[in-house]
Amino acid sequence: MRNTFMNTLFERASKDPKIVFITGDLGYSVVERFADELPNQFLNVGIAEQSMVGIAAGLASEGFRCFVYSIANFPTMRCLEQIRNDVCYHNLPVTIVSVGAGVSYGSLGYTHHAVEDLAIMRPLPNIIVGSPADPMETIALTNFFVDRNGPGYLRLGKNGEPAIHNSTPELSIGKPIKVRPGDQGIIFATGNVLNIANEAASVASRNLGIEISVWSFPFIKPIAIDSLQEILADAPFVLTVEEHVRSGGFGSAILEACSDNDIDVQIKSVFLNESPLTAVGSADYIRSQRGLSVDSIVSSIKRCL
Amino acid sequence: MTQRSFTLAQEARVKTVEMTSAANASHVGSGLSMMDILACLYTEVISIDPANPKSQNRDRVIVSKGHAAAAVYAILGTLDFFDASWLSEYCSDGSMLGGHVTSHGVPGVEFSTGSLGHGLPLGVGAALGIKRRLRSERVFVLCSDGELDEGTTWESALLAAHHSLSNLTLIVDRNRIQSLGSTETTLRLDPLDKKFESFGWEVSSVNGHDHSELIKVLLQPQTSPRVVIANTVKGYGISFMENSVYWHYHSASPEERDAAIHEIRSAKYA
Repeated sequence: MRNTFMNTLFERASKDPKIVFITGDLGYSVVERFADELPNQFLNVGIAEQSMVGIAAGLASEGFRCFVYSIANFPTMRCLEQIRNDVCYHNLPVTIVSVGAGVSYGSLGYTHHAVEDLAIMRPLPNIIVGSPADPMETIALTNFFVDRNGPGYLRLGKNGEPAIHNSTPELSIGKPIKVRPGDQGIIFATGNVLNIANEAASVASRNLGIEISVWSFPFIKPIAIDSLQEILADAPFVLTVEEHVRSGGFGSAILEACSDNDIDVQIKSVFLNESPLTAVGSADYIRSQRGLSVDSIVSSIKRCL
Repeated sequence: MTQRSFTLAQEARVKTVEMTSAANASHVGSGLSMMDILACLYTEVISIDPANPKSQNRDRVIVSKGHAAAAVYAILGTLDFFDASWLSEYCSDGSMLGGHVTSHGVPGVEFSTGSLGHGLPLGVGAALGIKRRLRSERVFVLCSDGELDEGTTWESALLAAHHSLSNLTLIVDRNRIQSLGSTETTLRLDPLDKKFESFGWEVSSVNGHDHSELIKVLLQPQTSPRVVIANTVKGYGISFMENSVYWHYHSASPEERDAAIHEIRSAKYA
């Protein structure tokens, strides 16, 4: 996803000198072309995330459209107040780009896992939170944020995620995209783990004989209420799947939206357990150890039946 | 000193005392300490049109010590950036003018501040953007000395020097008092000039209440970012408020207010 993001942003920035890419000294082997070919639109602030976001807000106030890039929690938690006060409060066109959604950087350990970021970014004013599931959604969301004149959060995986969509999807703000048909239950998923959700739906079809539709949510904020009302009308159940802890994440967003809008449906959620692991391992290993796997999704489906 | 800067500072000091007293609001001492800096900037240094305060060719003034809001509003109201009648509603229900500087609904303010250490990164970004667009506007950031404790100051100071931001001037209101006492007993800043010099900044130290000194240094051309360490007195101009952390929090009673205004008005232009 990070390569796709960089390539897409590079293409847009080549044609638009207002686009500025700012890194907190990360992106080795990914950012060099942008730095070499568009030096006037590139800025490495060093390892200084708080000043990075403040500077981005200052640049944005002068008419630039800034993309601030770093890993996992560094461009969110380390500089949260700058995002809140300088960017969001002033409604400036700064998109925070975090690479390493969830436990993408599995073996690097908990310090490099972004598993509480959605809960932190969702409540901020004026911000739109994007969470692409594959390279195609990454292209669409990058273009969306380039075109948007306001704050954004783009939660990217790492690299090598499989393409789920055949082509770049047409985005409509807040609306999910159907990736698998079915009428005996619904899975809502976001980000990296859409392919796990898809696989779980396949297992349910094969082993349980039920057809479950799967929807990808490229947007976590806002969520289009009319879409929810339409999709969930008469649905037997909906299962949310996310690579984030329970509190304040994607499942919470769906629960809140349903509760606030009197959408009456059985909702279960699959998420990462809150406690960090002491052991390290691959992203798949950590996901499964923290409760997020094909098996855990299938188990949750069974509970809904 | 100029007649214009003196008159503006005097008038805005009176209003600041009135506003904080009426609202029972804090930070009168913080406002009085930086009033001469603001008065010099707005009368003799920056180019800005109160009737068109977002004009592209304005110089930018970013007040990082947002708690000194009353002083900023007193200056802007006196200069007709907005109707001066707003000042009497400072901190009251429904007012645009709250206890920390806000650009939301207030003409002439560049950024809403209040949490300390935000102004310099914002100013560095603005100065960098202006430079990259090959424009000539200047960016002035006014911060307190206490907020130099924040790491963001030094992160962005490094970047400003690295990119030779000669259109950026940081003015430190060096009144040597922060929230609980002296800056030097809280977290030592001296030698402050040497710190900025070692970061690659041009450094000037001036009397922050001497308008001639302030105007002269603020109009000097720069080849790199410059810090003006403006040595000031918290609560300046009102003898019973000077150099006291008490007036960081306390607001003047009606009697104290009248005595303060009498003392401000007694000062003569020389």
